[in-house]
Amino acid sequence: MTEGNKTVLRDREAVIKVEDLTVRYGENTILDKVSLEVFQGEVLVVAGGSGCGKSTLLKHIIGLARPLAGRIWINGVDITEAEDEQLAEVRKKMGVLFQSSALFGSMNLSENIILPLLTFTDLPSETINLIMKMKLGMVGLAGYENHFPDELSGGMQKRAGIARAIVMDPQILFFDEPSASLDPITAAGIDNLILNINHGMGTTMVIVTHELQSIFTVAQRIILLDKSKKGIIAEGTPLELKEHSTDPLVRKFFNREAA
Amino acid sequence: MSIIHKHQNEGESLLSIRTAEEETLIVALTGRLSLETIAPILPEIKNLLEAKQPSRLTLNLGGLTFMDSAGALTLLRIEDEAREKSIPFSIIDMSEEAKDLMQLIDRQALTLAPLNPSERRVGLIAEIGEQSIRLLEDIQKVLTFSGILIAEIISSLRHPRTVRWGDTINYMKKVGVDGLPILGLISFLLGLIMAFMSSLQLKQFGANIYVASLVGLAMVRELGPIITAVLVAGRSGSAFAAEIGTMKVNEEVDALITMGFDPVKFLAIPKVFAAMFVVPLLTLFSDLFAIFGGLLVGVMGLDITVFTYLKQTASSFRAFDVLTGVIKSMVFAVEIAGIGCHRGFEVRGGTEAVGNAATSAVVSSLFLIIVTDSTFAIILNYIR
Repeated sequence: MTEGNKTVLRDREAVIKVEDLTVRYGENTILDKVSLEVFQGEVLVVAGGSGCGKSTLLKHIIGLARPLAGRIWINGVDITEAEDEQLAEVRKKMGVLFQSSALFGSMNLSENIILPLLTFTDLPSETINLIMKMKLGMVGLAGYENHFPDELSGGMQKRAGIARAIVMDPQILFFDEPSASLDPITAAGIDNLILNINHGMGTTMVIVTHELQSIFTVAQRIILLDKSKKGIIAEGTPLELKEHSTDPLVRKFFNREAA
Repeated sequence: MSIIHKHQNEGESLLSIRTAEEETLIVALTGRLSLETIAPILPEIKNLLEAKQPSRLTLNLGGLTFMDSAGALTLLRIEDEAREKSIPFSIIDMSEEAKDLMQLIDRQALTLAPLNPSERRVGLIAEIGEQSIRLLEDIQKVLTFSGILIAEIISSLRHPRTVRWGDTINYMKKVGVDGLPILGLISFLLGLIMAFMSSLQLKQFGANIYVASLVGLAMVRELGPIITAVLVAGRSGSAFAAEIGTMKVNEEVDALITMGFDPVKFLAIPKVFAAMFVVPLLTLFSDLFAIFGGLLVGVMGLDITVFTYLKQTASSFRAFDVLTGVIKSMVFAVEIAGIGCHRGFEVRGGTEAVGNAATSAVVSSLFLIIVTDSTFAIILNYIR
């Protein structure tokens, strides 16, 4: 249950707003004046071919990199201008699943998951332990709390990464290539998990991926980036873009044609 | 019918508790039921159940404006509490969104025992036994690797074209050239301190000139090779372990094997050769810098001329001492680079293991340096 409507997209408040974001590495422009909005409770997929700037865009939205130009608002806070403390507050409302899952190898799953609870809440250890068990149960890893990340398969590591990302019930969840290097069945399981979390917790989700199957399963809206255009070339539902787009770059992406 | 209102701070959950006539306890939760507000709710309801002993407990969620999964968990815990006391429990006015959230929770997961129990605690004697076995296993692995490494060194010397000389030169720069400034500074200061401290004593006997002998002999025979080896172990031994360890974690070593390369020859030999070539040179530099440090004290503080100081230094040791120092440092170099590479190859698991390998490389190198130095001291005592 969230403070917002889960079904109507455009009438909702934008929780993320990116305006004229420009990113350059040396002489190489990666993103040129990219603007987008993400609305409360929606699942937005940022897609595109390799090197189009998907992960760069994500890094800037979650505040891991400062842009050369442009502004990014998260819940009304301009994170490009925000002080460190303000940014830390904004980040408490975010959860991120990194491509490599980024679980701490020296900690077991329980320790990985309860870390934010121990740091940012005063809850008794019994409650913290139950929350940890609940989150592991939500991602289908009940009973795995004493396992270390290197004892788990890739798919299980992703699930554990999601459990850690949702432990504080974030308002926004970011996923960087959630189904990368997973077999189709495991990838479908992760996609279902994403949908369940979105449905059950009403969490706004931004997913960076290039997996077409995942896009059609989870995306309510898709933003397509292209390397040559250094920005967004199309926006809509996956079906709209696949069926009706006349842009050759969009058609190429959906028809899996070589560049 | 008695009504109890609990007003809490703004932003926190509001508990409005009502006891109905037929002894049904109706608890109305209003406001936010979330991670930040759940802490006092369960204890409060427990107290109420104890105090009022109701025949039924009903939660009214009509006034909730927000509930997260921690809030949903609290509802389940309240239900469990009521069930434990055999009090019939019900929830009213639960929104559809809250129901969706409740459905996400797997109740069995909350009570499921860990599949992999926590590490068992063993007694002291068992712990000592396990550590001893691990130590013996480690010694065995180090000896095995030493054998492989020596065989590869001999093979590489017989077939020099098989050695990756480009990498070797690169590592020579990293170990030698890049390490020279810090080694020079430390050796210079070491010579300076030795000369200064010894001069305080020798001055009393008018034996200032022997400051030069003391610094020269100590550095050339013992301290030069040791201080150089310690520094190289800290700078380069750990770096070798971390580099190869990271390659192990990233499966790069496996890739080398599958491509038909021998990882020891490919990765370890250039490092070992580089260390063998530059550590003796670094040792000579270390001796030289320390002698300059001593010279500074001799000239500035003890009124000894530069010529006299250097002449006394030169007469204090023989070419044999310099040669044994150089040979000793070459052995140290093989040990440092070898153990660094070995610890890297031993890495299993994640990034923490890489850190452990780097630490272990330094500790093992220092241990080996001291053992080797002691062995040399005994052997050279008989040769001299």
